[in-house]
Amino acid sequence: MRDVRLATAPFDPHEEMRQFSQRCGDAGGIVSFTGLVREEAGSEVEGLELRHFEPLTLPGMTDLAARTEAHWPLTGTLVIHRVGVMKPGEPIVLVACAARHRRDAFEAADFLMDHLKSRAWFWKREKTADGWRWIEPREADHSDLARWNAVP
Amino acid sequence: MALTLLFLGKLEDMAGAAEMTLDVPGKLALPAITERLDPDLAVAIASPDIRVALNGTLVSPSNVMAGDGDELAFLPPVSGG
Repeated sequence: MRDVRLATAPFDPHEEMRQFSQRCGDAGGIVSFTGLVREEAGSEVEGLELRHFEPLTLPGMTDLAARTEAHWPLTGTLVIHRVGVMKPGEPIVLVACAARHRRDAFEAADFLMDHLKSRAWFWKREKTADGWRWIEPREADHSDLARWNAVP
Repeated sequence: MALTLLFLGKLEDMAGAAEMTLDVPGKLALPAITERLDPDLAVAIASPDIRVALNGTLVSPSNVMAGDGDELAFLPPVSGG
């Protein structure tokens, strides 16, 4: 079972997980990760915007899910990624992997998140009192990916 | 006879808009298109880390031939964490 989506409005990770767990009944376990817009004390960030490119973003996410399922035996894969303007504390991304055995679910979820962060077609900008500013790629994103060089 | 240009990420700020249309006489290669743009924007687009999509499909910049009705998107590196 595969469910890969872009969300243009806020979503409820708890409700999504409730539905997902009902749909992968033969799983031995489910690993999920919810990414939130960081809320930091003293931070001046008032909002975050994620932009995407329609022809590439969702097809790329779907290909990534297929690549994940080809490497780890999963009974279910869930990927929901927000686009649009978000406030601190709001969910940006939800990834869940269901498998017969926990190691597969943990690794597959970790793999999906590393690739969503550094490979998927999203551009982020954040708003402070000075206005909007685009966020540049980080070196850590590349070292995160290098962990998975053995995965075809 | 309009060609649509899309600018993603920081390129939008350099272009002053996310989308722009150019009147074009026919199919043009990329250098003939970028020479119609602001010079700073043209230099930014020529950077090797900018990917180009023609009508939604990634293409090699040297293979671009785009004209009326086409959409050419310029994609800077994605933002990451």
